[in-house]
Amino acid sequence: MKLTLSWLKDHLETDASLAEIVERLTSIGLEVEHVDDRASLAPFVIAKVLTAVQHPDADRLRVLTVDTGDGKPPVQVVCGAPNARAGLIGAFAAPGTYIPGIDVTLTVGKIRGVESHGMMCSERELELSEEHDGIIDLPADAPVGTSFAAYAHLDDPLIEINLTPNRPDATSVHGIARDLAASGLGTLKSAPIEPIPGKGETPVKVTIEAPELCPGFALRLVRGVKNGPSPKWLQQRLLAIGLRPISALVDITNYVTFDRGRPLHVFDAAKVTGNLAVRRARDGEKVLSLDGREYTLTPEMCVIADQDGIESIAGIMGGEHSGCDENTTDVLIESALWDPITTARTGRTLGIITDARYRFERGVDPEMMVPGLELATKLVLDFCGGTPAQTEVVGYAGHQPKIVSFPLSEVKRLTGIEVPRATSLDILARLGFKPEGTGDVVNVAVPSWRPDVDGKADLVEEVMRIHGVDNIAPQPLGSHDAVNARILTVLQIRTRAAKRALAVRGMMEAVTWSFVPAKHAELFGGGQQALKLANPIAADMSDMRPSLLPGLIAAAQRNADRGIGDVALFEVSGTYEGDGADQQRRVAAGVRRGTARLEGSGRHWAGNAGAVGVFDAKADAIAALEACGAPVERLQIEAGGPAWYHPGRSGTIKLGPKVILGTFGEFHPKTLEGLDVSGPLCGFEVFIDTVPEPKAKPTRTKPRLDLSAFQAVKRDFAFVVDKAVEAGTLVRAALAADRKLISGVSVFDVFEGAALGAAKKSIAIEVSIQPVEKTLTDDDFEALAKRIVENVGKQTGGVLRT
Amino acid sequence: MSDMETLENSLMAEIASAADEQAIEAVRVSALGKKGSVSEMLKTLGSMSAEERQVKGPAINGLKNRVTEALSARRAELKDVAITARLAAEKVDVSLPVRQSPAERGRIHPISQVIDEIAAIFGDLGFAIAEGPDIETDYYNFTSLNFPEGHPAREMHDTFFFQPDAQGERKLLRTHTSPVQIRTMEMQKPPIRIVIPGKTYRQDSDATHSPMFHQVEGLVIDKSANVANMKWVLEEFCKAFFEVPSVKMRFRPSFFPFTEPSLEVDIQCDRSRPGEVRFGEGSDWMEILGCGMVHPNVLRYGGLDPDEYQGFAWGMGIDRIAMLKYGMPDLRTFFDADVRWLSHYGFRPLDMPTLFGGLSA
Repeated sequence: MKLTLSWLKDHLETDASLAEIVERLTSIGLEVEHVDDRASLAPFVIAKVLTAVQHPDADRLRVLTVDTGDGKPPVQVVCGAPNARAGLIGAFAAPGTYIPGIDVTLTVGKIRGVESHGMMCSERELELSEEHDGIIDLPADAPVGTSFAAYAHLDDPLIEINLTPNRPDATSVHGIARDLAASGLGTLKSAPIEPIPGKGETPVKVTIEAPELCPGFALRLVRGVKNGPSPKWLQQRLLAIGLRPISALVDITNYVTFDRGRPLHVFDAAKVTGNLAVRRARDGEKVLSLDGREYTLTPEMCVIADQDGIESIAGIMGGEHSGCDENTTDVLIESALWDPITTARTGRTLGIITDARYRFERGVDPEMMVPGLELATKLVLDFCGGTPAQTEVVGYAGHQPKIVSFPLSEVKRLTGIEVPRATSLDILARLGFKPEGTGDVVNVAVPSWRPDVDGKADLVEEVMRIHGVDNIAPQPLGSHDAVNARILTVLQIRTRAAKRALAVRGMMEAVTWSFVPAKHAELFGGGQQALKLANPIAADMSDMRPSLLPGLIAAAQRNADRGIGDVALFEVSGTYEGDGADQQRRVAAGVRRGTARLEGSGRHWAGNAGAVGVFDAKADAIAALEACGAPVERLQIEAGGPAWYHPGRSGTIKLGPKVILGTFGEFHPKTLEGLDVSGPLCGFEVFIDTVPEPKAKPTRTKPRLDLSAFQAVKRDFAFVVDKAVEAGTLVRAALAADRKLISGVSVFDVFEGAALGAAKKSIAIEVSIQPVEKTLTDDDFEALAKRIVENVGKQTGGVLRT
Repeated sequence: MSDMETLENSLMAEIASAADEQAIEAVRVSALGKKGSVSEMLKTLGSMSAEERQVKGPAINGLKNRVTEALSARRAELKDVAITARLAAEKVDVSLPVRQSPAERGRIHPISQVIDEIAAIFGDLGFAIAEGPDIETDYYNFTSLNFPEGHPAREMHDTFFFQPDAQGERKLLRTHTSPVQIRTMEMQKPPIRIVIPGKTYRQDSDATHSPMFHQVEGLVIDKSANVANMKWVLEEFCKAFFEVPSVKMRFRPSFFPFTEPSLEVDIQCDRSRPGEVRFGEGSDWMEILGCGMVHPNVLRYGGLDPDEYQGFAWGMGIDRIAMLKYGMPDLRTFFDADVRWLSHYGFRPLDMPTLFGGLSA
């Protein structure tokens, strides 16, 4: 919503300065987004061209002598405007002036060898319009030497308000003045709008066929008008708020729209055939609108039509066919009420944004329908002459004010501040509310221009904003009176822990989009219909991600494309299995690319980092699970993972036969091809919401620790097994040989070679033995070794290598 | 000079010139071995008279002791020389660089860090952290938050929608974290004190808008929470979060469908230094959050009687307050995963924000 200071003062008697007005507007909820005090136009003065001669060296330039009215000798100016001539009076800028339209500060310069001491400006150079065919050409009586801005009334400060959608009353200068007056910043000029008597009936009749979309319609014919340009003051006001003056009739509708928040429409009566009907559009019905575009309508939309077809899209934009022009002699002025929701939906569907729609979708004051028409009639008579017929009002049942029961104590209850009863009631009255009653609870009639107010909380807001939010002193929120208990949920703790654990492993946390290209979603098991956006912001942001991996892999590739190929990224966030609230998973995932291994990447004098692989991903996955409190000693690793992994270099982490806690590995070449990425890459995903929650324990005491007094010893064994035998099985078999004495088994060598025979491999393990009751004898060791060899043989078919 | 003196001089000279362990051993054997010169001399004591033995005995034994001492002293000397030589040989160039610790390399994203900072502050005020799903129903995102069907405020949200399902219901990506207000009210009776950090989505993209962004919502519901309490909570938060001793805030009446009265909050700041915002000083106002008293209709949708319960809510952009505090100029870079950006703006994994240790280093 834009307005100028002088326009505001049409409605508000005030001595307040611009700064005071601006500050007050913001503090009562009409946030001032921008103020243009027009200071940029101050340096321009009215000047007269005394002589104009051809430039000696340029066909298109003239050399002027200009009287700037400062009593000094005329100045020489080189000018390229075709209308530059002796006798012209225009707007002059002296050297040193900033010219906003071309973003240049003038200096004295030579143009093709002739000195120029200033500039005669066009409207575009002053950002007044797009006009640039010539310099500003003022009437002969324009006072040379005075401020151009003051002469042209361009020194009127412009205020732009960022209006919230609940305030239709403030879509008018009058409504804004009312709010300011209520806040004590002046007096509202509230002279009533006088009805204009008409002669005879308006011959065009109106039928409302869709009363649910049109609760009232007023129409009036004015005969014998002359539709020339509107008065200069009106044009300047419209220009100031960014509207293009068109003709008196059209400018009047725009003026009343902003002055009173009352959009109007004018039809050229000669172009309307028969009577008017307000109805729903027929499916596929077309209309050529005033913006020169053709729109196809649906029965969801409301129109005004005559015998021949649609003349206007109700509440949004008139039709081209019956628009007024300079030949219009009889004009039909329409002032109607339109259903806000239908107007909003129609405007949105058609993509039309107009000042009328802006107001109708917020809710126009029904009690202004007829007065608005009267005001427009008066202006038409003033500017265009003519004879008005009587106003025809159809379908309007009158306004029944809402009554809100308002306990005055609500102000204190909700805001914490005590506002005296009289003050509260006075504020409401000044805003146009009518409070009635003498008790603690009053009945408040809501004015017709405030459709947004319908409860006591709304009235609290009215009192609060006018009384002043700044008057409310902060009060501490009653705080807890004990040490805080834990505030995070288990999943929140896991999320934090997984992030920190992965970052400690040298990985960087990325936050990637929740939506990925459809192709990427499909590569990772997603792509179902329920997870496709109907209106994605870009084609490659269309599907909710089934996995964090495609986003991370793509991110790693983007870094590689920038020349940083060794990157380790992770993310702990949501993935989507379906559109239900319980189908969003919490996943920790990571990728490593190039040589970005735990110990560091790239070449190093002490040893180069090798390419990343499945075991890097496995270590990351287990670290993340460990941080989330998963029982790491009970995890089972199964060979192979989902289809996007390399089948021989991936694994699945399970807890028991059913619970899958994660997957890890290198990626399938087809996955990499599908993602259009390259390079050694590995990754993992762990489902941190699947990790079972540990049982609540009655005590934090840790289990008793028994330390053996006997020396621990280590023994090595090497087994030859079939290639298909998993090391994990062999380790478990060795551990199971004696659960009491064997405290650990590690694999320290794996190799394959011709000497072992085809399809065989050797696995060497180191067994840690912790005697608990006595020092073991050679016989004891012998017996233990025998059990280990036997159990490994039984479980894996392996034989001790000799 | 006696024979003994001659022998001693000669042995001492040999010991002094012995260059290694082998040479020392050779001298020892030649002197003190079974047939060594000193040993042979000792053997002669047996055949001497008592008087002679009384004189020679101590002399020969004295020689033996002196030779033994000299041998061990020389041995120690040679060992020191050997160690010195070994140490010299083992010298390395300690200026060679070592690999950086993974914990120094890793980074936490600013969004995660700021969420932790928020949790630290509100945890101290007795708030819990609540969360909710990104994919929401129209009911939770709009209707239950008092957005009437067709209201222009719905349009302002630039919502991402999914295709309608068989029942004609159209899911959407939540446009704010406010649906969690209702979800919480449905599960928990007041008093309620929660903050809700999370991802939110709107169809918008430029330097300060992104189709995905992060919000934190706060909700207090009890029987007395009012605008004055809300002002206090938000001022305390801003002071703690921006780590300044005082802030000046401006509460402006505004409009949100789910609060009544509604307010927008500006914070006073100094933006005169390029790329840097200072709070608690300066003359600019910057919008930082929206807030208000929970609308009676929202309380009703949450199953609470608005005449019994009341409360306030607020919402702000996590990315935005992160940008204000830490100075990132462009929101879009948050989601680009450029490791140069992460390395610069990210936080070290062990830098955990706490109130006892300070939010940021």
